[in-house]
Amino acid sequence: MTTTLIIEQVLNGLQFGVMLFLMASGLTLVFGVMGLINLAHGSLYMVGAFACAAVAAATGSYWLGLAASLVVAAMAGAIVELLIIRKLYSRGHLDQVLATFALILVFSEGTRWLFGSFPLYLNVPEILSGSVELPGGIHYSLFRLLIIVTGALIALFLLALIHKTRLGIQIRAGESDREMISALGVNIDRLYTIVFALGAALAGLAGAMVGSLQSVQVGMGEPVLILAFVVIVIGGIGSIKGALVGAVLVGLVDTLGRFLLPELFAIFMDPASAKAIGSALASMLIYMVMAGVLFFRPTGLFGLNA
Amino acid sequence: MSITKSNAINTLLIAGLLFAALCAHVLSEPFIITMATKIAIFAIAGIGLNLALGYGGLVSFGHAAFFGIGGYVCGILASHARNFEPLTTWPFEFSGTTSMLVIWPIAIFVSSLLALLIGAISLRTTGVYFIMITLAFAQMIFYFAISWPTYGGEDGLPTYVRNSFPGVNTLNPIEYFLICFVLLLITLILCSIIVNSRFGLALQAARQNVRRVTSVGIDVYKVKLVAFVISGGITGLAGALYTDLNRFVSPSVLSWHTSGEIMIFVILGGVAHLFGPLAGAALFIVLEFVLGGFTEYWQMWLGALLLLVVLYAPKGLMGALNASWRSHG
Amino acid sequence: MKLKTIALAAAFSVATCLGTFAASHGNKAKIGMITTLSGGGAGLGIDVRDGFLLAVKKFGEGHVEVVVEDDQRKPDIAVQLADKMIQSEKADILTGIIWSNLAMAVVPATTAQGKFYLSPNAGPSALAGKGCHQNYFNVAWQNDNLHEAAGAYANDAGFKKSFILAPNYPAGKDALTGYKRFFEGEVADEVYTQLGQKDYAAEIAQIRASSADSVFFFLPGGMGIAFMKQYAGSGVDIPLIGPAFSFDQGILQAVGEAAMGVKNTSQWNKDIDNAANNDFVASFQAEYGRLPSLYASQGYDTANLIISALKKAAVSDADAFRAALKAAEFDSVRGDFKFGSNHHPVQDIYVREVIKEGDVYTNKIIATGLTNHSDAYAGDCKM
Repeated sequence: MTTTLIIEQVLNGLQFGVMLFLMASGLTLVFGVMGLINLAHGSLYMVGAFACAAVAAATGSYWLGLAASLVVAAMAGAIVELLIIRKLYSRGHLDQVLATFALILVFSEGTRWLFGSFPLYLNVPEILSGSVELPGGIHYSLFRLLIIVTGALIALFLLALIHKTRLGIQIRAGESDREMISALGVNIDRLYTIVFALGAALAGLAGAMVGSLQSVQVGMGEPVLILAFVVIVIGGIGSIKGALVGAVLVGLVDTLGRFLLPELFAIFMDPASAKAIGSALASMLIYMVMAGVLFFRPTGLFGLNA
Repeated sequence: MSITKSNAINTLLIAGLLFAALCAHVLSEPFIITMATKIAIFAIAGIGLNLALGYGGLVSFGHAAFFGIGGYVCGILASHARNFEPLTTWPFEFSGTTSMLVIWPIAIFVSSLLALLIGAISLRTTGVYFIMITLAFAQMIFYFAISWPTYGGEDGLPTYVRNSFPGVNTLNPIEYFLICFVLLLITLILCSIIVNSRFGLALQAARQNVRRVTSVGIDVYKVKLVAFVISGGITGLAGALYTDLNRFVSPSVLSWHTSGEIMIFVILGGVAHLFGPLAGAALFIVLEFVLGGFTEYWQMWLGALLLLVVLYAPKGLMGALNASWRSHG
Repeated sequence: MKLKTIALAAAFSVATCLGTFAASHGNKAKIGMITTLSGGGAGLGIDVRDGFLLAVKKFGEGHVEVVVEDDQRKPDIAVQLADKMIQSEKADILTGIIWSNLAMAVVPATTAQGKFYLSPNAGPSALAGKGCHQNYFNVAWQNDNLHEAAGAYANDAGFKKSFILAPNYPAGKDALTGYKRFFEGEVADEVYTQLGQKDYAAEIAQIRASSADSVFFFLPGGMGIAFMKQYAGSGVDIPLIGPAFSFDQGILQAVGEAAMGVKNTSQWNKDIDNAANNDFVASFQAEYGRLPSLYASQGYDTANLIISALKKAAVSDADAFRAALKAAEFDSVRGDFKFGSNHHPVQDIYVREVIKEGDVYTNKIIATGLTNHSDAYAGDCKM
């Protein structure tokens, strides 16, 4: 095991974490501002990926596809918010769970109806494929590097948006005192639609970028959704900073765990069972981390109250 | 709503299930009996969850753990007994069993024990954090079951035939249905006793106002933990029954989809209604079955129907039924 | 409650049975097909179904009635549907299951009720060895077969050191065991990934750091698409070998350029030159407007096997029907086909290479991996 390998794995963990952040930031905003548990967030991720693949295939331009993923996911988000989600804010969390679960079914099978049952083609554009050499002789995929940079920029943009702009002030006010801001003449309905569409757009972008690296198929959003929930719970619900820290933590723990645990077990076991037990434990690792964090900090790392 | 009217709806529901199964038997439509059995089993699981979720306000997204462990207890005991491989040789030799009367108490015991463990840790948190920590524990067990080869891993564990019950041919669909139906009745009665007991009242009071309950000297944590343990035990029993229904158990019963499904049954039926889980499970399973016959994309229509229910029947099916009964009566 | 009953031949059967078919040719059977038609894995089920129904349409009129149901890729749903097919629909033969874990639920339940099960895809080792059954026939392969052929091919290609990886579940472990059973070189490293994992950066970094001269991987479905795209983009150029599942017609277009030139093992390809296969490929394209896949070929063979047996014996005469199935006298699209003692195929397994025909990615056969190959578990099967 060399230092370069470890550094490469750390970068991989970081890239995975940044991806999760794009998903988790929307989820945590929607929960923080509107108090809504949105299980259908993973569907918006899928919508983004399919929009990107369809537009890229039709126009031949990956960049148009990427733009389409943002626009289509934001539009899907806004439409769903206006038609359905809006009626759920005043309801309990349980009704929200049932309604957004129903939305998953509609989105998944609706997508299959439109695009068929086979995975779609979407690949990293020529210009971004291949790898670059980083200082220290590390070869790293250009596209993954770009994901890390994009994610970091979006994180900065979101933090600035929340802390420096008028919209951000309204969002923060919405989190703490809902009646107050409508009393101050803010159009709360419009604010909610904007926040929901923003979260949807980020999820769509994440779906498109991950889809180019992985695969574009129905049901791709569900595993990511669970991970995104893990992230926001570790970070503390409603906190963008928490989502960022949680995402990077989950990304690193998962990637390094998969890589290091089998090696670790191999020290005192025969290689075959070390591999099996090590990888079994690695798949449980992030849930152990989550349970551990909540045991010591019942409202997550940056959460104020439940 | 008056008590008698809601009682009438409840009676109608439970009698309807029995009637459907008996009719199917007379018309020799065994698959409908299987569906009715599935409804009864998931209703038991839902009643278990409802105790925590509905009455205690403990929204557990990890009940698949109990359902699955109950299922695996049944599968493991039966497969050891059939293969004549003792399960343990120390401190005494225990060779597994194929008797339901032995399997059920063990399934309930093991899943309650697991609920005690998970509950003790999870109850430190509340709200969404509680939802997610229970999910975390269930996911750990799910991944463990997939990669642990002894009992088949992802491939699952077939038990080939149903376990035995004195005087009953359990492989006959209607006879197995009746076993599950009687257990459903017992669970319903037990649950109604619990809910109306001093303990049940304390649990419901704790959901609404922790401070007031604490001030009269009740240990809220302990009350919730006991409720969670009973809830896990009941759901574990349902899991054992489900293994016998399918003569098979696999990690898919431990996945978060199962937790979600049981939760959907409870919410759909009406949270904190004794008969809610039965109504919810019945509607969902019948819809799944009927819609599946019309189109390949039936899940889309199922989703649309569920949306309509949430938007226009906010108190679940039982809420809607009781309301419409009142407006007509 | 009448479900997706596709009574393709029912309407004609009365008329044709009286006329064309002699009495011994008029045996009829009801076939229950349980397969995955919704969700992420639906593509495979649809291919098996379409291949099967094509054969029924071409050759089975008057012989078979097919009922199709969606198992949602859930073992519990699958076994409940099996009960329904047997108890309510009165099906004589069950088929259709794609996934090993679903087969483990459905096959024992079916054979325990005295019905026949013919597997068009899954072949878990438990059902080939100790758990074999006289009424269970596998028309595709035992799960290890294609991996074993990959190991054999690696020897032929002169590879000395392989990096091998598969998901951490029984079929994944079987895959690596199968490869190692035939590969004579050294294993550089053996990695188990998480089932459903889509990011392989960590594993690819390990491959890069290893000194392997070949990489064997078994990653079905979306996992394989993700792996190959990331592998191609990583700049690592150690040659890949895999079983056909990640290079199938339905999936290959989603992988695209990244799959070009990769060697994979399969018991079938569209360029196998025999009359049955040429006819199958042409009529599948005419009927459905797409190239047939491996799964479609397996569905097609399964249906033709059933039809061939029905022409010899009635399904009600279980012993005669079983013997007719066992004889496997049908024109398989893969050429020679016969059953071993455990009712699993004895067949040639080929090595294919991914190529591009016009705009479409597809495969061509370049070598034979194993000839007349049976499986490692047949000895454990006592029938």
